Amino acid sequence: MKIIKIDKKIWSDGVEKSRDSYRLIGPVKDREFHQFRELAKGEQPDMNYKNSRLSPKSIAFPQSETMFIYDLDEKAEEHHIMQDAEKDYSPRAVIGIRPYDAKAFKILDLNFNNSDYQDPYWVNAYNCTTFISLAVNSPDKFDFSTSCATGPFDDSAVDVLLVDYNDSYLAKIMTDKGLAWLNAAGFTTKNGEIDGAVTGVSEAGEDIYEIIEKLKADAESKIRSKISFDKIKEKSILDIFNAPFWEDIAFACLNCGTCTYSCPTCWCFDIQDETNGRKGIRQKNWDSCMTPLFTVHATGHNPRHNDWERTRQRFMHKLKYFQDKYNQGIMCVGCGRCVEQCPANIDIRNICNQMNNGE
Amino acid sequence: MHNPYKPYPVRIDDIQIATEDKSLRTFKFVFLDPEDEERFAYKSGQFAELSIPGQGEIPIGIASSPTEKGFVMFTVFRTGKVTSYLHEMKVGDIMGIRGPLGNWYPWDKLEGKNILIIGGGFAFTTLRSSIKMVLDPPNRKKFGKIDVVYGARTPGMLLYKEELMEWEKRDDINIHITVDSTNDPNWKYHTGFVPTITEKVAPPADNDTYAIICGPPIMIKFTQPVLDKLGYEHDHIIMSLENRMKCGIGMCGRCNIGKELVCKDGPVFTLEQLNKTPREY
Repeated sequence: MKIIKIDKKIWSDGVEKSRDSYRLIGPVKDREFHQFRELAKGEQPDMNYKNSRLSPKSIAFPQSETMFIYDLDEKAEEHHIMQDAEKDYSPRAVIGIRPYDAKAFKILDLNFNNSDYQDPYWVNAYNCTTFISLAVNSPDKFDFSTSCATGPFDDSAVDVLLVDYNDSYLAKIMTDKGLAWLNAAGFTTKNGEIDGAVTGVSEAGEDIYEIIEKLKADAESKIRSKISFDKIKEKSILDIFNAPFWEDIAFACLNCGTCTYSCPTCWCFDIQDETNGRKGIRQKNWDSCMTPLFTVHATGHNPRHNDWERTRQRFMHKLKYFQDKYNQGIMCVGCGRCVEQCPANIDIRNICNQMNNGE
Repeated sequence: MHNPYKPYPVRIDDIQIATEDKSLRTFKFVFLDPEDEERFAYKSGQFAELSIPGQGEIPIGIASSPTEKGFVMFTVFRTGKVTSYLHEMKVGDIMGIRGPLGNWYPWDKLEGKNILIIGGGFAFTTLRSSIKMVLDPPNRKKFGKIDVVYGARTPGMLLYKEELMEWEKRDDINIHITVDSTNDPNWKYHTGFVPTITEKVAPPADNDTYAIICGPPIMIKFTQPVLDKLGYEHDHIIMSLENRMKCGIGMCGRCNIGKELVCKDGPVFTLEQLNKTPREY
């Protein structure tokens, strides 16, 4: 693994240059809050953003995505037969994504890309994306990512990890895909050599590694909140499901779904047809386990009729079912969005600890 | 990459009213591309998403048997938006089918065993597929004694009546038909609820006898104690569940019971498995 130093003075030009071979996605301020979206020509990712309101999962799992188009006009050729919607899976780079938001893609990938079925919309969108991540030097008070097998400097799910260091970005090159973007941005030499032959690029020495390690340790030390879920794993599903605390936990919950929509690892979705005249589209839309419609049968019977049962479902899914099913930790990267945005102050950290330690 | 969301185009080839109250219709579909029929190779107990452009999709158990070629068959109760629309469709109309989906009754494990099939109401569809499949001559010898208890509210609400009457005459299967009640003085079959009849006619429980149950929740609720009483072990009781579904491939997240997804890990579970999961169905 190599590290290069990119002078911030040449950063914007490089990003712009990479557009010759990449579509770019990054954090931009929209009214009050930041969001990840495709950057218009000349538009730069805001590298000073703190957090985005919604997670960047929408890059490969959009809030609403057209899968098929159809024509109900019986005179039309292939009427009533689903036709593939047009897609653009040309190379693109997401710039400035937080390391644990990138890690969330690995979790979503377990659901959307398995040995039995592959969701082609997810797989193609994920594969065509290069993750140019930005380490978080100053985690906020909601961040508990270090408890979730990731962290503010986690480089395990990214192609390049940028570390903001004074007038430069130190860029850890994790994959060939990452190197290719740095090449396209002109941050390396033409041949992809990283020997400092181009202005603004300097040979990385040992001290750079140390600087990154120091910044990482500083960042991680700022994270004060911790969760444990080791005992959740040992207990049976029914023991936790039938625990007496669920109605109390859910007492304040409005079932508004803010947590599910802002969450980088919530993957549930709905499929809906939308017809306009004789033509229509079949879409995949985000859904939420907080709504009764999510599970209600056509007969009116609802297996999760009570609002508190729906709250329980979300935490059981993230912290228990997922652990049991995949044996890869919990379905949470500790980004803190749900904690920060919950209108009822429900805090997954407390619930996790309660499930772990409580009766 | 194969797209599991993309339905195979089919044409409605036949529509039959299945019950006297006209709330159920049986549809036969023919694949527009004959190769799709091979891609759709299924086993008894599986389901499919019937896909109507502009209306949506519904998960429905496959009622035809893998031994029947040239079509796939589904019997559909008119209840929601998509099923109501489907009931208004005509022979020749084009729509889609996605599947086959889910697991199936454990036919490998059932080889050499006696099978007690218990069905109620319009959940008899995948059981019809199963009976048709095991009665197919090359298959019949693979299984032991076969008993079927099938109940409906009235004689007119029994599905596949003609076939039932044919099976009734055979000596390689014991069919026990029952209705909740009837005014028909000539009714020569059972009268009474499925659990009661099951208690009367079920073969004794032993290691070589399995029960397959598919029916409305109320029937399952009262049949299970009967099987317990008869001594059926919970790993010998096989059930098929229903839950609201969309994707049918274990991704959209709504049909879970604990960590199991009814659409992909099910719909078929043993009672032993279900005892370990939250009963969110």
